Amino acid sequence: MGHVIVKDLCKNFIERRRARRVLNSEPDTHLGERLEVLDRINLEFQDGELVCVLGPSGCGKSTLANIMAGFERWSSGAVLIDGKEVAGPSSDNIFVFQHNSLFPWMTVQENVSLGLRHMNDKVKMAELVQEYVDVVNLTGFEHHYPHQLSGGMQRRAELARALVVNPEVLFMDEPFAGLDFLTRLKMREEVINMHQLIGKTIIFITHDIEEALMMADRVVLLTDRPARVKLDTKLESPHPRDFVCDSQLEDLRREVYQELGVHYAL
Amino acid sequence: MDYDRLRRLLLPLLVFLAAGACWEGLARYSGWSASVFPGPRETARGMWELILNGTLLKHSVASLFRVTVGFYLAVIVGIPLGIILGWWKTGQVLFNSMIQFLRPISPLAWIPLAMLWFGIGDKPAIFLIFLSSFFPLLVSTITAVNRINSLYFRVAANFNFTKLEMGTRLIFPAILPGILPALRISLGIAWLVVVAAEMIAVKSGLGYLILDSRNALRMDYVMDAMIAIGVIGICLDRIINQLKRIKSVSWGSI
Repeated sequence: MGHVIVKDLCKNFIERRRARRVLNSEPDTHLGERLEVLDRINLEFQDGELVCVLGPSGCGKSTLANIMAGFERWSSGAVLIDGKEVAGPSSDNIFVFQHNSLFPWMTVQENVSLGLRHMNDKVKMAELVQEYVDVVNLTGFEHHYPHQLSGGMQRRAELARALVVNPEVLFMDEPFAGLDFLTRLKMREEVINMHQLIGKTIIFITHDIEEALMMADRVVLLTDRPARVKLDTKLESPHPRDFVCDSQLEDLRREVYQELGVHYAL
Repeated sequence: MDYDRLRRLLLPLLVFLAAGACWEGLARYSGWSASVFPGPRETARGMWELILNGTLLKHSVASLFRVTVGFYLAVIVGIPLGIILGWWKTGQVLFNSMIQFLRPISPLAWIPLAMLWFGIGDKPAIFLIFLSSFFPLLVSTITAVNRINSLYFRVAANFNFTKLEMGTRLIFPAILPGILPALRISLGIAWLVVVAAEMIAVKSGLGYLILDSRNALRMDYVMDAMIAIGVIGICLDRIINQLKRIKSVSWGSI
C-alpha cells in the first residue's frame, strides 16, 4: 500500500514582516499579508508509482512534499495516505531531504539502523541493515562516519536508511541537489533500479526536467506560486530512456519547457 | 610521523628553556635579593623541599579535589539544564535574562556569602568553582542546542523518536562538539578560581600554599606553587582535549 490522495489542498503563509498597519475587516489579514503557496492541488498517487513533481523554483514543490509527509500543516483541503488523513510524520512515509540529513555522530550502519531500533532480534536487524547497505553499494563503508564519505555516498546511505524501514511512500525532495553531473546520472539509475526492485510509491520533487522525464512513471508540473497542477502526464516509455529515439519523450520535454516559459533552451 | 611528534614535543620545550634562561638572567642581574625575586635555582631547591616533605602533593591533591567536584557538579547540572532550556523556547525566554544577569558577577564576589553559608572548609571553595564553570557551560550548551540543524529534528520525527530519544540520541550527541571548547574553557576558569578561593576559607590547597608562603616570606615557595598550578593546568587541558579523539565527537572539527 502506498496510495496518496491530495484533495483541494491549499496552503497559505502569513507574512508577519509585511504586516499592514491599517485595520482590516478580514479576520486573517491583521496578522500580515497572506502568501498563497498552494492553490487547490488535486493529485492522486497510485501504489508503486514513481511520480516526479516539477515546477519553477520557489513554487511550493517542497511545501507540498512536506505537507504530504506530515511536517507541515495545510490551510484547507485534505491529504490521505491509504485512506487515512496525514496527522504528522511517521515512519510509514520516509522523507529523503535535499541536504544531507544523516546524523554525523553515527556511522553509516548506525544511521541505517535508526528505523529498526525497536526490533528485538538484533541479529536479524544487523542482517537487514547489511542487506540495504549492499543494495546502495556501500559495502565496506558500514563503519565510516558521514563526513568520511563523498556526497554521492552520503545520499546513498540516506536512501538505505529510508528503505530499510520498508516505507509505503518515499518522499524525495531534490535528493540529488549538489551532486556532480555524473554522480547524478548514476543516482538516477540507482533510484530507478531500486524502484523496480522494491516497487514502492516514490514522490520525487525536482526542478530538473531531464531528470523527471528520465525517471518518472508520471510527471506532474506545477505552476509558479500559487502552485496549481498544470500538467499531469503518464510516461509509457520503458527504461532506459533516450530522448533521441523516443518522440513521445521529446514532445513532452518540449511541452514542459514551453509551459515553464522557456523557448530557446531547445 | 615520528619526526613530527618529536618536533611537537621539543619545540615547546625549547621555549620553556629559553624562558628559564631569561628568568635566571633577570634574577642574577636585576639586583633584587633572592628573597624578593628568587631565581630558578632557589625555586628548584624549594620545589625539592616541598616535594620531599609531601607539602606540594598534599596541597595539589586538595586543590584538584575541589576543582574536580565543583567542575563535575557544574557539568552535571549545567549541561542537562542547558539542553532543557535550549529545547524549551519559552523557558529560554523566561530565564535568559536572569542567566545573563548572574553570569557577569565574578565568582569571587560570592566569597563572603559562600563563607557565611557553607562555613570553613571545602564547601565554599567547591561552591565558587561550581559557579565559575556553571555559567559558561550553561550558556554554551544552550547555544549549541539552538544551533542543531533543524533537519535532524525532522529526521527524528520521521523515525518516530520519543522525547527521551530526542534528548539522548539527537540533542546530546549533536551538541558534544559544540560544548567541548566550553568544557575546556570552564575547566580552565575553575582552576583559576580555586586558587583565589583557597586564599580565604581553607587551610590547604595551592592557593593556601601561596598565601602561607607569602606570610612566611618564602617567595621561592610562592613560585613553586605557581609552577605547580601551571603544570596541573596544562595536564587538565590535555586530558579534557582527549575527548576530541572520541570518534562520534570528531565530526564537529571537520
